[in-house]
Formats: sequence, C-alpha cells, structure tokens
Amino acid sequence: MIAAILVMALGAVILGAALGFAAVKFRVEGDPLVEKIDAILPQTQCGQCSYPGCKPYAQAIAKGEADINQCPPGGEEGIRKLADLLGREVKELSAEHGIEKPKSVAFIDEQVCIGCTLCIQACPVDAIVGAAKQMHTIVADQCTGCELCVPPCPVNCISMEPLAEDVESWKWKYPVFTLTPASKASA
Amino acid sequence: MEVSGIHAHPGQQGICMKTLRRLFDFHGGIKPDYRKESSTGDPITVVSASTSLVIPLHQSIGGPPRPIVCAGDRVLKGQRIGDADGNVSSAVHASTSGTVTAVEMRLMPHTSGLSALCVIIEPDGRDEWMPLQPFDFRAATPTQTRDYLRDAGVVGLGGAVFPSHLKLSPGKQGKLDTLVINGAECEPFITCDDVLMRERAEGIIKGTALMREMLAAATALIGIEDNKPEAIAAMNQALQQSGIAHIEVVVVPTRYPAGGAKQLIRVLTGIEVPHGKRSTDYGVQCFNVGTAYAIHEAIDLGKPLISRIVTVAGNVGQARNFEVPFGMSMQNLADRCNPRPDTDRLIMGGPMMGVLMPAADVPVVKATNCVLVGSPKLFPPPPPEMPCIRCGECAKVCPADLQPFELYWFSRAKIFGKAQEYNLFDCIECGCCAYVCPSHIPLVDYYRFAKSEIWAREKEKTSADEARERYEFRLLREEREKQEKAAKLAAKTAAGREKAAAAIADAEKPAETPEQAAKKALISAALERARAEKASVVPENTGNLTSAQQAEISAIEARRAEIREMAKPHLPPDD
Amino acid sequence: MNNSPFFLKPTSVQSVMLRVMAALIPGIAAYVWFFGAAILVQLALASVAALAAEALMLSLRGKPLTLFLTDGSALVTAWLIALTFPSIAPWWLTVFATVAAIVIAKHLYGGLGQNPFNPAMVAFALMIVAYPQLMSQWPAAGNHEFAAQLQAIFGTRTIDAIDAMTMATPLDALRTALHSAEAKTTVAGALQSSTASGQFGGKGWEWVGVGYLLGGLWLIQQRIITWHMPAAFIAALFVLAGLFSLVDSTQFAGPMFHLFTGGAMLGAFFIVTDPVSGATTPRGKLIFAAGVGLLTWVIRTFGAYPDGIAFAVLLMNITAPLIDLATQPPVFGHKNDKGQTP
Ligand code: SF4
Ligand code: SF4
Ligand code: SF4
Repeated sequence: MIAAILVMALGAVILGAALGFAAVKFRVEGDPLVEKIDAILPQTQCGQCSYPGCKPYAQAIAKGEADINQCPPGGEEGIRKLADLLGREVKELSAEHGIEKPKSVAFIDEQVCIGCTLCIQACPVDAIVGAAKQMHTIVADQCTGCELCVPPCPVNCISMEPLAEDVESWKWKYPVFTLTPASKASA
Repeated sequence: MEVSGIHAHPGQQGICMKTLRRLFDFHGGIKPDYRKESSTGDPITVVSASTSLVIPLHQSIGGPPRPIVCAGDRVLKGQRIGDADGNVSSAVHASTSGTVTAVEMRLMPHTSGLSALCVIIEPDGRDEWMPLQPFDFRAATPTQTRDYLRDAGVVGLGGAVFPSHLKLSPGKQGKLDTLVINGAECEPFITCDDVLMRERAEGIIKGTALMREMLAAATALIGIEDNKPEAIAAMNQALQQSGIAHIEVVVVPTRYPAGGAKQLIRVLTGIEVPHGKRSTDYGVQCFNVGTAYAIHEAIDLGKPLISRIVTVAGNVGQARNFEVPFGMSMQNLADRCNPRPDTDRLIMGGPMMGVLMPAADVPVVKATNCVLVGSPKLFPPPPPEMPCIRCGECAKVCPADLQPFELYWFSRAKIFGKAQEYNLFDCIECGCCAYVCPSHIPLVDYYRFAKSEIWAREKEKTSADEARERYEFRLLREEREKQEKAAKLAAKTAAGREKAAAAIADAEKPAETPEQAAKKALISAALERARAEKASVVPENTGNLTSAQQAEISAIEARRAEIREMAKPHLPPDD
Repeated sequence: MNNSPFFLKPTSVQSVMLRVMAALIPGIAAYVWFFGAAILVQLALASVAALAAEALMLSLRGKPLTLFLTDGSALVTAWLIALTFPSIAPWWLTVFATVAAIVIAKHLYGGLGQNPFNPAMVAFALMIVAYPQLMSQWPAAGNHEFAAQLQAIFGTRTIDAIDAMTMATPLDALRTALHSAEAKTTVAGALQSSTASGQFGGKGWEWVGVGYLLGGLWLIQQRIITWHMPAAFIAALFVLAGLFSLVDSTQFAGPMFHLFTGGAMLGAFFIVTDPVSGATTPRGKLIFAAGVGLLTWVIRTFGAYPDGIAFAVLLMNITAPLIDLATQPPVFGHKNDKGQTP
C-alpha cells in the first residue's frame, strides 16, 4: 500500500517537474499586446473606427480605451478573433462605426480624371499612381478599399467596386453533403 | 522499401545500362479499372480548327500573359498572341491562322465556372504557319534558351502546366544525376502519352536528349508502366535507331499513381523529393513525355506549343486520341467520338484527378490531356457519406504516406493549423484515399477546401502586412517631407529673416496660402476643361496607327477590361 | 455534382462489417459444437437489442435510419457482446449490456466512428462489475441440452439447477486453485485436476479459439485488418506467459494455455482490432496491441477478474490518441530529408 502511494507520489512529482520544465523551455516570447491586436486588424487604414489608422486603434484597444467592435472591414470574424485574443465576449459590430461590406477596390474612371492628385494625398497606402495633370489609376492589388479617396475627388470619378472572384482567387467550397433520406439511401 | 544509402549515387547506375535496373517501391497506391484499351485502337487524328478558337491567355502556372493582339488583327499559326508576364509565366500562340475577332472574358475550363481573358480567333482555313526558325541552343546561353522556351510557350503537359523553362536549370551543383521522363501515365482512360510514344517516339527521344544536355544530367530514364508494351517497344526501337547514349527506357510496375512525378522519381531512383523542395537539389528532374516532344518541336523545328494530344474517352461510341489545336471547344472534340445520349458532363483529365467542366463548350488548353465524357452510369454519384470509422484503408493507399483520416478530421473541423501539422500540403490530391474509403467520404474535397482556405488566409495576411508596411512607410515619408520643408525654410532664413518669419507665420496659419489658392484655381480650370471635354465628342486619334501602337492600346484596353471584370460584383456561388 | 475521384472502389462500411461477422462464424460453429446452441439464442437476443437501441438512438439524433441501421456496426458490437458473455447468462443481462453498449458507449459519444472506447468491452466491464456471479456462469463443455439452456437463459431454472450445468472456465479454475489456501497447488496440478482443461487450452474453448484464429486469418487476407494488432497481441501474451512459466512453471501457466483460453483469440482478431477506438498507425497498432496483451496477462495473473481482455482494451483505448500522436509515420520525402540532400 505504502509502496503504491509512494510510486504515485513519485510519478506526480516527475510529471510536475516535466511540465514545469516544458513550460519554461517552450514558452513563447509573446509579441506585445498591441502588435498582436494589430496583426488581427485588417490594415485597411480607413479610420472608420474613429482612430487615424489600424495601429492607433490597436493601441486604444490595448489600453482599454476602445471596444473591440469598431472595425467594419474586419467584420464579425475580426471581432471574434479579437475576443479570443483578449478573452472577451463576442459582440455585434457597433453600428455607429459602419457596416461590414464585401471587400472592394477603388476604381477611377480614367476618362473623367483631371489629374488633381487629391486622391493620391488621401490614400493611406500609396495605392494610386499618377502625377499632376496626368490620368491617375489605382493599383488594385494594393488598394485596401478604405474609401478615403472617394470624398476628395472634385469630379467624382472614383467609385468603389466590390472585388469579384477570379479563377486565381476562387476557393473550393466546404463539401456539403446532405444525407439522402433513409428510404433512398439503402438503394 | 528502405532507401538508406543504397542509392547514394544514382548516377553511377547509368553507366551499366544493360543490367537490370533496381527499382524502388512507393507506399500505397491502388489498382483501379484502367479501361485504356478502348482509345488506343486508332492512330492519332490531327484535327484542324474549323470553328472559332477561344484561346485563354492564362494556361500555365504563373502570371497571366498579356495579350499583344487586338480585334481585327490577322494572325498566323504559331504567332505569339500573349506575352509572358515576367519570368514565371509562359507565352501563348495562335494555334491556327485567321483573324482575331475579340479579346474578351470567356468561360474557363476550370471547376469554378469563372471566366478569364481569352483571344478569340476565327480561322481562315489556310492553317498558314509563321516562318519557322529552329533554335540553336548550343550557340545560345542557358538564359537565352530558357527565354526562348518561355516565349515558345512550352509548359509541362502532364497536367500541372508548370512552365518548362523554369525547370531547365541544373540546380545548385550545375549538373544532375538523373533526368526522369515520365511516360508512366497511370490514370485510367488516358492514353495520350501512350499513343504519343507509339507514334512519335523519335521526337520524344530527341527532346529527352536536348533536355539531358541542358540539364547536364548523367542519365535520362524514361519510365513507362508495364501495361503499355507497344509504347515500350516503340521507344526502345527509336532509342536504338537514334544511337543516343545515356538514355534508357525503364519499365515500371503498373500502379496508380506511379505517374505522379514524385512517385516516379522514387520508383526509378529511390529518391523522395519532399514537398516544397526543388527536385534538382536532389539531383533529379522530371518531365512528361509530351513535354519532351514539345521541347523537341520548339528547339529542333522552331514550333511553339500550339497543340497537344488529347484522349477522348468515357461514354463515347469510339474513344480515340486527337492532336488538337488549343482553343478548340471540348464539345466539338467530344462530338467527333459519338457521345452516348445519356452524357451529362465533361471532365478534363482522368477519373481520379480530373476536374469537372462547368460547361461543354470550354476550350481545350495546355493542361487538357483528356476529355472524359461522363454519364451517371459510368460515374455514378457517390453513395452517401458516412462517418469515418478510422479503418485506416486510406492510410494504406496514400502514396504520400499521410494519414488521410486525420487530415480529413481537421479539415472538416476547420482546424487548419493542425491539418498543416499533419502535412496537408504534402497531399498530391491523387484521390486514392477517397477511392478506397468504405465510408465514401469525399476526402479530397475536404483537402481542397482546406488548402484553398489556408491559401486565401495567407494571402489576406500578406496583403494586410503589405498595407501596414506601405502605411508606415507613408507616415515616415510624410514625416521626412515635413522635416525637409522645415530645413528649406531654415535655409531661406539665412537669405532673408523677414521673409522667413512671414513664411513660418504662414505655415502655422491654417489660412489659405497663395500656393493653395493657385492650386484651387488650377483645379477649377481643369474641372472646366474636363466638363468641356466630356461634352464634346471623345477625341480619338486612332486613325492610322502602327501595329505596335495598336497592340499597346489593345493591351491597355485588355487590362482595363480585366480590372472592370474583376470589379464586377460576382454572383453568389450556386451549390 | 461530385468532384474527382469520379469512381470509387465498390466497398462500404456494410461490406466490411458483414465480412467481420462472416469471419466469426467458424468460432461460433465450434462454440455450438462444444457448448450447445445457447450461444445462437444469445446472438439473436443481442442482435435484436442492438438494432432496437440503434434505431432508437438514430431517430433521437435525427440520423437517417436505413443508412445507419444497415451499416452492420451495431450487429458486430452485438455479436461480440454475445460471444464474450456466458452463453447461458439470463436474457436480460445480454439485452441490458447490449443496450448500454449502443446507447452509452456508442451514441452518447457521437455514434459510429466517434466512440473512444470499444462498446462491447464497455458492456462487458459494466456487467462483470455489476453481476460478477452471473458473468461466470459458463456452460460445461459437452453440455448440449438446449431445453435446459433455454430455461437458464429465460430464468425458469433454479440457481442450483443452473450450477449443475455450468463449469468453471479454465482461467477461473486455475485462479481459484492457485489462490486457494493450499499453497502447494501448482499450475500443472490445478489444470490436471480440473475438468475444464483440454489438450492445449481450455476444454472446448481451445477449438473455439482455433475457429476465431481461422476467421481472423481470413480477415487479414481480406485486408480488413492488418497483421499488426493480432501479431503484437499474441506475441506479447506468448512471450510474457512463456517467460514467467519458464521462471516458475508451478505458479504461472504456459503460453499455449493463455492463448487458447478465455477470449484471447477473439480478442486478438476481433476486439483489439476495433479500428475506431484503437491506434491507427502501423507502429501505433503494434504498441497498442502489445499493451493489451501485456495488460491481459497481468490482469489474468494478478487481478481480481478471471479474464482481463476487456479491462486491458479499455485501458489501452485511453492511450490510443497518444500512441497515434507519438507514432505518426514519416511523410513522403521527410524521411530522407538529410540522407539525400546534397
Ligand atoms: S485607392 Fe482609395 S480606397 Fe484604395 S486604399 Fe487608396 S484611398 Fe483607400
Ligand atoms: S478510409 Fe475512410 S473510413 Fe477508413 S479511415 Fe480513411 S477516411 Fe476513415
Ligand atoms: S489524395 Fe492526398 S491524402 Fe489522399 S491518398 Fe492521395 S496524397 Fe494521400
């Protein structure tokens, strides 16, 4: 009996020691919280969260000044990830900051563009190319869809178009298989 | 099964060519019903384009080529119509002579049912070749040769359509031990490589010799499954006649998927090339026999890749092989073989790895090794999916030594990190696991789903990272510009204090500077101009342009069209 | 429409299960030959109970009835229960055990393919703990009185009358003899004096075991099970029993005795090999089955219950996920990563 108890105790001690060692050895050097939050934010830099960019919003969340549901481009999934990271409740997107839209890119009607460069100045990620008095165009790959270039345009030639799927970006769907009703299934 | 050390120098074996070669085994595999005989009865029929050809610009791995023709152009057979976009891309050519009627979005031979940019050519029936010029690769630098092959549009014809020129540099060491030529063709129904080897063995051998030279490979092994005795005989005969040394035809046991590049390399050399590694780093490289033939045609005859052998089989009266110009409609091709009335689908490729076509009138492309005509009788819908009973059947047959049921479990539960840990990306989607699963689980569908989901997420992540970088760079730049301005001001200070003081006061004042005012005036003037311009007829000085200019314009137009198309709201996918 | 592969091997869960049941038939035939037809009654009872419980649970869980009822998995569980229980156990014991296996061990864990424990063994363990007396009422070899057996099953016989037709199993006999007050009893002596001993295993049981062995070999030939598990189980049991009987043949029974008594052969080919709750990798299978063999011998020799397979299997079931994790085979190309890279 005593032997058994001793064995168990020994086992517990060894296990505990191993776990403790593993915890020390394999501890991941975590990014500072702000960076972790920033990594989840979509980097649209649109400012809809009422902060001047994704990073400032991340800082605000980290400090507890902002809630996690203020980023419309991140959408529901973004809120869920933030909630996971911070151990908070998942919330609805706050309506005052906007609604979740499909990802879009800005599109300049090149016939109308007068080359005023105002949109270039507005774009937070330098996704518009063009020089003064030259036609401007948007580098669709780099556009984050923040819409900041839309209001400054004096001739209203910028429109936001939702990004469509092409052969390259097409995704295989989750296989859905409805089980056939019992009567047919046995056939 | 063990590899250890036995084959540390596979190149040495090439010397003793007549001895019986030691073959290796790969794990798993299946022996499905091959049904290949039906399509090998007739010789290859060369079809010429009669109706309009729809030639997709993007037919290979890598960047989509840019169109260099526009509507109205007359093109000759073999004329380049799409230029490779960067080095990881491959050109496309007109597969017959005729007139370009449009450069527009057309349905692609892709499961998604989406469209991409295609060049539509109305054949003139004359099938008039460009002047052809063989390429003297011995006089050219390796880079020139690779550029030539890129511009000749040569890509892997086994189905993966990876640009061949990218595979034709001999790795770190500058030489290879073994060049593997894949004539295994393990998929049921498909016989295009088989008939190619039977009828055009000489060209294949020549192409193989060319590649062996380019790659500085000690030996070239042509692996053929033992269910193709005619092809083996033809290849051996051509090899003997050619008198070329260091090439050997090796008969390998028939088992699906022995024709997978990695599996064939393993069978012939014992080397396992891990996922994501370059096979040249292991001293081997692998090409399909069709690719060898295409390289022979490109180099020796100067012909770009404009057609390929396609097997038409399945639910047809007479299965056979055709040499088909790219862009021809699959429907048109299938109709030549008397499809039976209960036909309900076309599949590009074989029954194990083929892809379902969204419609019948999609074009034949470089990846089309087979047009498989399907019917509910031939390919009945799978029985209902049952839960996995962990029977391990799938693991027994997986040629990548995976545990498919674990991958399935994690993919299904969308635990992608775990799926990757269990080496999801080593899966070659051969379908063996789904084939044997007693629970009829569409395992490969789950892997495809998980893979594309992981890719999409990674892409999203990269673009977010890029956006962050660009944003931070912009902030930095703005900061720097501010400082530079301040420095300039300080410099001016030396010239005239008063002026500077005023300037600083100005800069601090949010009121309009003369500079800004001038800009505003400019803008409004421009606005006026724009309005006036809009009101008047759009001036287009496109009267008499050189063809180069026209091509440029059409390229720009095409790009625009693409952007517009991309920007179109897409319809919700119908399940 | 489905994606590739477009054609599948003609196989199904049902055909797998049916073949497992077919492989049990030689063993069952031997069982009937030596111990009478009572086992057939038990098989029928368990089958009906299993199907009824399965149907109930499926309809409660909103699953398609026909599809899952015909998959045969419930029947295999039922047969294993019937074959591991005494064939003259009262009917309600079998029925109760089967229902428990299906409802608790199978469906409460998520149904086909999800159960971490072997349902038949859960049933066995439950019943032997709850009704140790009834679970050791084994029929005597050569007793073919079907009417009497029926009466025993359906409870119209007195305990005494039942006692008259039962016989201790060889494992039981051995244990009682060795653990009895007379310290000088030896294995040889105990087995000689016991009426339950046969030529190389338990009387009658040895031939049932041979039947299972034949069926099991056929299953391997059919590629339904691999050799790993039976081989590792048998080897572990054989080696352990062999070693100890070499050391002290008076206290430890020999390997043949262990292999051909109790549920050893049934266990080796039909119980340990349950894919759902066991290890799945080749090396994992070896470890798992060897573990079961080892534990079986330990429990048989030192434990409180005559046969240890059920507990051994359940214990190893707990470790199966860990074993799998630790024995993942190297993936294509990863095994020669170092050896072949220049
Ligand atoms: S182009 Fe417009 S919408 Fe796109 S990132 Fe720049 S400012 Fe935002
Ligand atoms: S073959 Fe099917 S049922 Fe068997 S383990 Fe694999 S996925 Fe599961
Ligand atoms: S499809 Fe993937 S997991 Fe399935 S057998 Fe082929 S390689 Fe293995």
